[in-house]
Amino acid sequence: MLPVVPLAALFFAAFVLPLIALVAISLFRNAQFAELSLAQYLRFFSDPFSIKVLTDTLWLGAEVALATLILAYPLALVYVASGPFMRTLITFLIMLPLLTSTVVRTFAWIVILGRDGIVNSAMLSLGLWQAPARLLYSWEGMVLALTQIQLPLMALPVINSLLRLDGNLTRAAEGLGASRARIFITVILPLTLPGAIAGWLLVFAAAATAFITQTLVGGGRIILMPSYIYQQAVGVQDWPFSAALSLIFTLAVTGIVFAIGALSRRYVRGVDAA
Amino acid sequence: MELALSDVRGHSLDLKGIGHAFGATVALDEIDLTVAAGELIALLGPSGCGKTTMLQIIAGFLRPSRGEVRFDGARVEHIPANRRRIGMVFQNYALFPHLTVFENVAYGLRARKRPNAEVAAKVEQMLGLAQMAAFARRLPGELSGGQQQRVALARALAIDPGLVLLDEPFSALDKNLRLDMQIEIKSLLKTFGVTSIIVTHDQEEALSMADRIVVLNKGRIEQIDSPDALYDRPASLFISSFIGHTNLLRGTVTDADRVQLDAGPEIDLGRSVQRRRGTPVTLSVRPENIAFGAERPGAIPVTIRATVPLGAVSVTEGVTASGEAVKVSRARAAGIAKAQAGDTAWLAISDVSRVSIFSTPIDDVSKHQQRSV
Repeated sequence: MLPVVPLAALFFAAFVLPLIALVAISLFRNAQFAELSLAQYLRFFSDPFSIKVLTDTLWLGAEVALATLILAYPLALVYVASGPFMRTLITFLIMLPLLTSTVVRTFAWIVILGRDGIVNSAMLSLGLWQAPARLLYSWEGMVLALTQIQLPLMALPVINSLLRLDGNLTRAAEGLGASRARIFITVILPLTLPGAIAGWLLVFAAAATAFITQTLVGGGRIILMPSYIYQQAVGVQDWPFSAALSLIFTLAVTGIVFAIGALSRRYVRGVDAA
Repeated sequence: MELALSDVRGHSLDLKGIGHAFGATVALDEIDLTVAAGELIALLGPSGCGKTTMLQIIAGFLRPSRGEVRFDGARVEHIPANRRRIGMVFQNYALFPHLTVFENVAYGLRARKRPNAEVAAKVEQMLGLAQMAAFARRLPGELSGGQQQRVALARALAIDPGLVLLDEPFSALDKNLRLDMQIEIKSLLKTFGVTSIIVTHDQEEALSMADRIVVLNKGRIEQIDSPDALYDRPASLFISSFIGHTNLLRGTVTDADRVQLDAGPEIDLGRSVQRRRGTPVTLSVRPENIAFGAERPGAIPVTIRATVPLGAVSVTEGVTASGEAVKVSRARAAGIAKAQAGDTAWLAISDVSRVSIFSTPIDDVSKHQQRSV
């Protein structure tokens, strides 16, 4: 019992108390902390710009999660078909982004995608592009950088699901005359769905809230919830509004995670949840 | 029981000079086998004998390093598994856990893009034959082992296969259910007239299911024969002890038709042993071919160790003076005095013509000689 007490105390002091403080701050009418009201929430929901920032952010998370999902399956299929040496190598390559600091990783993307970056210089010198394209500070650049950074969160649960898949099931499907594509769609995909959904939710939450990558690769041209909150708290010093933004954003992300989790438990039949 | 035989629909199968190696390990060596259309064959052997490799080669999951596989005379090595029209039944059944029983059976038909009406009619017919019609909407996880096996067989037969391969199909079933399912599945396969190959390490399964049994050992075929012939005329010492129970008695050839047993008496086998005098041999005597008798020339003295009742028969084990264990099986009729442990008894071979004679393997000879010293 005893070791739990300091842990619980830490959890309370570092997590519960700040959350309570956040809720309390969000209930003030203005930045002078004068009067309690729901004004900040009304302000958010009556402001199309704020709502657009929220939906853009959630959409970014969904898009990155989808991109990692599409990349993770071929990777996982290669992994499962490989021998021990290739498996170790693939695991190492997958884990590599996790071993580098977020800031370093993100600056690497700036070097690659920049106006004079590797991609632009290569395409220009090959004569494929006439003028440098704007890759950095664009939505696509942000999706690309986040996809690379978040891939491990998707690849590992999908690989785990695939490893747990009984090889006789794919052999049975093959013996019954199914093509590779049919085996993937009718057997492999449905039976690894729990892993894919787990990975999708992890990446969704991580990408939507990735403040550093969004800010550096997005370059301030694209306003998303994390930078919006930062701007309101540090730049404008409107703490009640940024507290409300934080809570709305947290609830939106966790709400989606729980809703999808519940839906998948309900509709994915005959498969043990991973 | 006479089975209602329909027309024979299966492929004939020919394996010629099949060899397969995994790296330096030889899994199969010079396999030649011909299976007639509609025949039910068992591949029997201990684990690691190559029977699963052979099944995978026939199914097309594995390309043999050497040799030919022919269906109805045509070579098929280059045809992938999904175009071979083979029905597979796996050890763990490998039913798709996310699909209903109906969709499991329909899987092969849908892969062939058959119209829905035809799929439904065929699935209903197959589930009816497998006595699983009432379970069409269940998921495999909601079925018992025997029911899952019926579905697995229905799924395999639904594609009108030319060949059905069954990989250790009964090993996951309760012992009590096993014989029932063996009879049921044998009759279904025979009704379909489909060529079937069942892979098993369980000799009872092979004996009860197959028209002919192929005994594999260390990647080679030891014998191909009917169940009765395998039991009565085993081609090797390995088979005599692998199929059924047997007593192995060591001895030495003393004359054209006589063997001096280490256990004591000299036996007249009533036929030529076809070996030179002084050759060490091992006689294989089935427990039901040996009986308690009186002390007389040719009888083997043993010390009784224990008697075990096994339902219809009781088996008594004794030890000879040379240390060999001998099992005697006899009908458990009333009135037979029970042999007590420690008693001395005399055993006689009932029918010497049913005794098999093998040369004693070299490594056994050295042990044997050490013991005689």
